[in-house]
Amino acid sequence: MIATYLVLLIPFIGIIFFAVSGHREEIGKYNVWLNAICLLATIWLAINVLNQGTILSAGKAFLIDPFNVYLIVLTAFVGLTTSIFSSPYMAHEKDLGKLTDKRLKLYYSMYQGFMLAMYLVLTTNNMGVMWVAMEGATLATVMLVSLYRTPESIEAAWKYFILCGVGIAQALFGTILLYYAAVQIGDGENALLWSVLYENAEQLNPEILEIAFVFLLIGYGTKIGLVPLHNWLPDAHSEGPTPMSAVLSGLLLNDALYAVVRNKMLVDGASDSNVAGYLMMGFGLLSFLVAAFFLHRQKDIKRLFSYSSIEHMGIMTFAFGIGGPLATFAALLHMTVHSLTKSAIFVTVGHTAQVAGTQSIDKIRGLIKTQPKIGWGLLIGTIAIAGFPPFGVFTSEFLVLLATMHSYPWLTPLLLLGIGIAFAGLFRHIQPMVYGEKPEGQLPVKANLWPVIIHLGLVLWLGLAIPGFLANWFSQATLLISGSSPL
Amino acid sequence: MNIEQTDFYTQAILSMAALVGLTSFLMLGQGRLLRLIFVFALQGLLLTLTTALAAYSLDNPHLYISAVLTLVLKVIFIPWMLRREVVLMNMHRDVQALANKTVVMLGGASLMVFSYYVLHPIVQTTSPVMLNALAVSLSVVLLGMLLMISHRQAVAHVVGFMSIENGLFFAAIVATKGMPMVVELGIAFDVLVAAVLFGIFFLHIRTSIDSLDVDLLNRLHEVDK
Repeated sequence: MIATYLVLLIPFIGIIFFAVSGHREEIGKYNVWLNAICLLATIWLAINVLNQGTILSAGKAFLIDPFNVYLIVLTAFVGLTTSIFSSPYMAHEKDLGKLTDKRLKLYYSMYQGFMLAMYLVLTTNNMGVMWVAMEGATLATVMLVSLYRTPESIEAAWKYFILCGVGIAQALFGTILLYYAAVQIGDGENALLWSVLYENAEQLNPEILEIAFVFLLIGYGTKIGLVPLHNWLPDAHSEGPTPMSAVLSGLLLNDALYAVVRNKMLVDGASDSNVAGYLMMGFGLLSFLVAAFFLHRQKDIKRLFSYSSIEHMGIMTFAFGIGGPLATFAALLHMTVHSLTKSAIFVTVGHTAQVAGTQSIDKIRGLIKTQPKIGWGLLIGTIAIAGFPPFGVFTSEFLVLLATMHSYPWLTPLLLLGIGIAFAGLFRHIQPMVYGEKPEGQLPVKANLWPVIIHLGLVLWLGLAIPGFLANWFSQATLLISGSSPL
Repeated sequence: MNIEQTDFYTQAILSMAALVGLTSFLMLGQGRLLRLIFVFALQGLLLTLTTALAAYSLDNPHLYISAVLTLVLKVIFIPWMLRREVVLMNMHRDVQALANKTVVMLGGASLMVFSYYVLHPIVQTTSPVMLNALAVSLSVVLLGMLLMISHRQAVAHVVGFMSIENGLFFAAIVATKGMPMVVELGIAFDVLVAAVLFGIFFLHIRTSIDSLDVDLLNRLHEVDK
């Protein structure tokens, strides 16, 4: 249990440290160290869970089970690698005169604030606190989107703030309805605890829970980036600093989906109809298809990959909606591999934008000739995210396809079509960027590509063979979510 | 159900629900920013009264803390901040004519009916009083959204945003006798931070487009114009 408190305490110290300490040259290094310590704490936590199974803290305030433990480690891992990338990246941005020392301090303080909110969403057992932390994540990142203070970035941040704020208010209404259903079966103070709700799910009023789930899905769905609530996402990703895009895509979207799935488990327990599942399937499929088409029209490299994130979140929502053991297993795996791949891609995209001096796809050319590492990194990352074997994204998408063929065969053509369109949309933009002659005066930049190599290596590994303990967690989580085991 | 047969608390809650709903409609049709902020503060005051009443009738001391938090945040701090902003930008004399006022008001009325329709299934489990309270809360949330859609000023957007929060708070107090303390404190903290961030944003938007008209925030497009 101490490990859980450590995981929450370290980023909290980070917020205060970066906020009050004077300016230091090596501020980025401190951020890396904090995230590294936090990763160690999460690994310690994971080992505890591995040995003892599900952990419920003394006051039932925190719950660590196989479903969230791997997400916690993933969060810490992506947080660490992104901070390794962000240290030289932000220093370079400062050299270009885009940032001041004060804003750099704000950036690092809010980076830790965002990490704290993410850990709290994952570890808490209280559905109300989960909402508070989710809103906290919005509040922490909104100032980061407008970090460069350009009119575009302020507009993007305003849009992000208003849209996500209003959206997530719907989730609070859903949570209140959930609480309302729960107090009718007794126990006021504990009525919002997920573990208590889950145990008594059959007694909860199914009608109220179904209404509540609609609001919860709309609310958290805004943060997942489900179409038609996705408008903030491409703007926020394209205008904010690139490390922020990496953690938004890699972590925030995942955690919002996690919140939806936790609530879906309660609704499934209370109600016999599969309303929650159908809603998720509908929204997921719509997001997937719309985003696949939108990939073709993009002019900005960061907007391109943010639409790819919407597409993949659509697949995951769809898979959780199908709900069988195979689909759930696939969705859990897809959360992991998408998060790793997408954050790796944003790291290379950040360097790409610094090499070319622009984010406009039309102007980025000849990356491999200029700086082979970045060019190949972008190309391989795109191959991985488009779902080519032997990368992990292929495995999980293949499993989703199998599950769809099994449960809803008539939806398979739509999925295949979407995957094909998305593939074409990505490659028509990526190919001219990486190949070809380099423009006059384009010079390599100082780049640390270890995060990319490690992430893509892990995705490759997950595509070839999932390590035993992870497969075990996935199947336990699947058992928890869908009620039967996939293996 | 005859309203005269219910106890004092239930009657009071029903009238409060009606008044809170009314303030939402008042805000919706309001073209002057200062008056909009005043009505918003009034709604906050009604919420404070409701909370204090619930704390007294249900003998639940932690609701007094919520009442004080509401009073400080929604009646004093946020209206004060918004008012200062309006006076600073010299917008307090502007009357913003709403396009399609009739349509907006009719839309508001339909949203209220819609809220009752959506929440009707819960009548089976509880008294019609709860249905009224929850339906009014939901319609305050939806009316807040409509307010944001129909007004163009950033200040009006913040009022809409905060009145959505008011609707949620009303639901939490009336239907569930208050959320657990830790959750309520967390929500109050989020509202406070959001209010401060809005203040910072006003500054940034002012310096970048020299106005608080959000229609001028239109640089980001899906397609090039």
